[in-house]
This record gives sequence, structure tokens and C-alpha cells, in this order.
Amino acid sequence: MALLEAKKLGISFGGLRAVDDFNISIEKGALYGLIGPNGAGKTTVFNLLTGVYKPTEGIITLDGKDITGKKTIDINQAGIARTFQNIRLFKDLSVIDNVKVGLHNHMGYSIITGILRLPKYYKVEKKMTEEAMELLKVFGLEAEADTLADNLPYGKQRKLEIARALATKPKLLLLDEPAAGMNPNETQELMDTIRFVREHFDMTILLIEHDMKLVSGICEELTVLNFGRVLCQGKTSDVLNNPEVIKAYLGE
Amino acid sequence: MKKLSNKKMNKTFRDNLITYGMVIAAYVIMQILVSAGAVSSLIQGLLVPLCTYAILAVSLNLTVGILGELSLGHAGFMCIGAFTSAFFSKVMENTALPSGLRFFCALLIGALFAGIFGLLIGIPVLRLKGDYLAIVTLAFGEIIKNLVNILFVGLDENGFHISFTNTMDLNMSEDGQVIIKGAQGITGTPHDSNFTIGIVLLLVTLFIVLNLIHSRDGRAIMAIRDNTIAAESVGIHITKYKLMAFSISAALAGVAGVLYAHNLSTLTALPKNFGYNMSIMILVFVVLGGIGNIRGSIIASVILTLLPELLRGLNDYRMLIYSIVLIVMMLFNWAPKCIEWREKVAARFKSKKSVKKEAE
Repeated sequence: MALLEAKKLGISFGGLRAVDDFNISIEKGALYGLIGPNGAGKTTVFNLLTGVYKPTEGIITLDGKDITGKKTIDINQAGIARTFQNIRLFKDLSVIDNVKVGLHNHMGYSIITGILRLPKYYKVEKKMTEEAMELLKVFGLEAEADTLADNLPYGKQRKLEIARALATKPKLLLLDEPAAGMNPNETQELMDTIRFVREHFDMTILLIEHDMKLVSGICEELTVLNFGRVLCQGKTSDVLNNPEVIKAYLGE
Repeated sequence: MKKLSNKKMNKTFRDNLITYGMVIAAYVIMQILVSAGAVSSLIQGLLVPLCTYAILAVSLNLTVGILGELSLGHAGFMCIGAFTSAFFSKVMENTALPSGLRFFCALLIGALFAGIFGLLIGIPVLRLKGDYLAIVTLAFGEIIKNLVNILFVGLDENGFHISFTNTMDLNMSEDGQVIIKGAQGITGTPHDSNFTIGIVLLLVTLFIVLNLIHSRDGRAIMAIRDNTIAAESVGIHITKYKLMAFSISAALAGVAGVLYAHNLSTLTALPKNFGYNMSIMILVFVVLGGIGNIRGSIIASVILTLLPELLRGLNDYRMLIYSIVLIVMMLFNWAPKCIEWREKVAARFKSKKSVKKEAE
């Protein structure tokens, strides 16, 4: 059974049909790409999947459970984590604290323990620090653990966002244009990181991307969106050679 | 790598110690000066209000600096703390309860009621953001003050009597006692607070706020401040943590109110002490001390409370100098050039220190 399934998903903003009849089925462990021209509705699909928008129609199931119309927090707890197209870090917190916020729901103590600094506080904080450091190491951010997130260079901010998303221990990771604004070297590095994340965390990944090199390099399957509708779906090589897709991107 | 985060732990720990140490040092110096007779009675009378203002500034900084929401109703929560605790102390005045225990109970009651009101007001109000939130909290602060002004409560052998019109309406028996007399407030509150208690309460407030900031819950609160959408996406319960920060902040303002009420024999809700003037004054302490900077709040509240009194000899120029100091402090804390200059000086100081260390 597929990990994520969306059937006949649709949403309208007033008279605008942003996404219409969207179907997707992502197997566990897949690296899936969602592409399409600007304004095709890719980020809207992400917002539907993560509960930022409630779909007007359709159903979404994660691991067999219906998560349609649930709140963002509940969907995160059900197992979907995401990054954002325009980076949204907690910029006045340190790098490690950003990751610790991601760990929030997995390790805890009561507010009283926190204020009175009971032994449990030190124990849990130590474990949180260790786990956060481990995640930072994966992304090569361990040396910057105490820097403010805002002071990180752009590429590392993107990585930190992925680390924070992974800290919530998701089943499915949604990456919204992870390579946006990166140079070819950084993109190459990012591709390796994404591959590594999949292997290391046994993660299922759905990503939006414009960089065709990245998409053709790592995605196994693609869905192409155009004007809110699915234009084409299937194996990466097949999709990228589809004349309809080329037409949508390049025009006639 | 482990060393790095250890270093950071140590740094926040050291920072907190400096803050506590500063308060304790100020207390010791003040006590020595008082016992040496070097402090005028005017300044001595200011010691407890100083603690009150410092507690208020620290607690408001939790809302403004850590939660990142502008609240202009802080004096309202102080008012609730002051009146509920003074009411309790007055009722309990002639019982067998020892005065220390009575004050402690009054403290808990003041904090509890202010916290509950913070929660109740927070539920509808925290849906708003920015200016709207400021306006609504301002209104709530005024409502609380005005409600207290028309509240009459009396006690006789039949129990409590409450009225919103006048004393006659209470229908009290002859030996009954009117405790809250509307605009005249509460008179004869036992004088339970002093400078030492004030400092202890300030330290407790600091302990709560600083430990909260550097805990899991504090991180969640600051994450909401920095980016609500991202905080939600990693599973942080926005409403819960907003309410938590807001009601803790309100409860601590209530503590300041308890301290304030038990330092005065007559407690009335005037625009001067519980109105928006007060709320804005606390906000000035917070902004000048640095938003999110707890130690700065204390320093700013002390300087800005003492200054007008110390300048009393200059009569006409007093407020002029006060306003100039306000502007200078504002520039020193917030002007980008000034921040740059401060960083440069700090860096030079640091490098000198490390050179010295190496030489040794």
C-alpha cells in the first residue's frame, strides 16, 4: 500500500480553481518529484497535504489513515514534515535550538520541571542536545551549532530547515524548492544530501523543484502540474520526454 | 562538538548568574548604605517601588520580548494582584495567621488571580496581532481599573456583600466592615512588604523567567515569535504556548501588585498607578532595556525610576534631563551605528583579554 495517497484533491479560492482533480500515490521509500511551470499549483498541493489549506474536495491518506482537513499540528504528528520555498527558520534562535524545537514533541518534560530545573530537565536536555547534534552532523552544521540561524549562509539555512523537519521524525518529507537560489556546486551537494537522507533515515521524499538537473538526477517518479491539473505522471525519463510536458515548459 | 554546546550552556548559565549577582550586589550595597545612614528617606521610600517596577518590567519582557506580542494592559494585571491580595490580607488581618504566612498566602492569591485573568483575557485577545492586540489589551487594562473603582465589598457575620453602586447598597449589619470602598479603595492594608521581600520576589521572578526561556517550553514560545507558520509545521501548539507565556507574565505582574499593595496603607486604583500611564511606563522600561533582554529591563527600570528623584534638586530642568536620558538610552540600545560601535569596543576588550591570557 502506498504511504501517501491523494484522490481527486481540489481547492478553489473564490472563482480560482487552484488545484483540480489531483491524484498522487507515493510508495514508501520513494523519491518523488512534483514539477510544473510557475503558478501551476505545486506549493498549493503542499499546503493541502500539510493542512495549511483545507481541500474543497478529495481525500488524503497517510499510511492508510485519513488526514484530510486535519490541522497542521496533527498532520505533523501523523508524520508529514516540510520545508518552505521562502526559508522559514526561527532566526533569533541558535542553530541547535532550531533543531531542538523540531524535537519538541518527541522528548519532553513539564513546565514545572523546566522552571525548577529538576534532574529530569538535565537528562532530557542532554539527550535532546545529543540527538540534535547528530542531525546537525548529517548536514555538516555541527560547527555552527551555536550561531544564530539568521547568520548562516543561504545554503546552510536550507539544510538546517531540512534538519529541523527531520527532527520531528516524519514518515514523509516534503521539500519545497530545496535548490532555489543555489549555485551548481551547492545543488550537487544538496542532491547528495537528499540521497543520504533517504538512505540514512529510510525516508520517503516528495519534492518540488525547478532545477531539471536535480529532478532528473534524483527523482524516480514525477508528476507534472499545469494550471492546477495533472499533466503527466510516471517514470522520470518518460515524463521528461513527453511532448506535452516539453510544450508546457517551452511553449510551441 | 559536544564542547561547543557545553560552552553555550555555560555561557547562558554565566549570563544568568551575572543577572542574579547584579541584583544581590545592589541589595547588599543598598543595605550597607541604609545602615550607614547615607540614604535619604525619600530614596528609602523608593526601594520597594523599585523592586515592583523591576518585576513588572521583567514580566512584561516575557510577553513583549520572548512571546513577541505587544501588550499595553500590564498594569491591569498588577491591579488584580494588588486588590485580591490586599483584600485577603485585610480579611485575615485579625485572625491568628502569622503575618509572614499571611503575606505568603496573599502572594499566591494575587499571582493566581492575575494569572487566571491573564488566561481569560488571553483566550480571545491572543487571536489578534500587533497593533490590534495592543489596543485591546490597553482597553482591558482600563476596564479592570474602572471596575475596581466602582466595586464595593463588605464583610459581616452573614458573609460577603458585593455592590457596584455604593456602601449603603451592601445592606450590612452594624458591626460589619467594608473592605473595598469603590474609588476609595482598600485602606489599612497591613504593611507586610519591605525591601528584602521585594528583592527576594525579584529574584524569584528572574528565576522563573530565565529558566523558562532556556527550557523546552521557552524554545517553543520563541519559535512562535520568530515564525508562527514554521512553528506550527513542526508540531508546536501555538495557542497553548501563547497562553502559557501570557498568563505567566500576568501572574508575575500580579506578584508585583502584591508587593505594591502591601507597601501602602491606602490602595486605590488611580490612572497613575494602574492606568495606561503605568502600562506604558513599564513598556518604556522594556524597550529601553532591550526587548528580550531581561537584565536590561531591570537596569532600565532602576535608572528611570531613580532619575527623576535624583534630579529633584534641579527643579525645572528635571523632566528635560529625564527626556534627554530617554533619548540617549534609546539611541545607545537601538541605533545601528551605536550597536556597531558597541560590538567593536567589546571585541577590542575581548582581544586584549585573550592577549593577556596568552602572555600569562
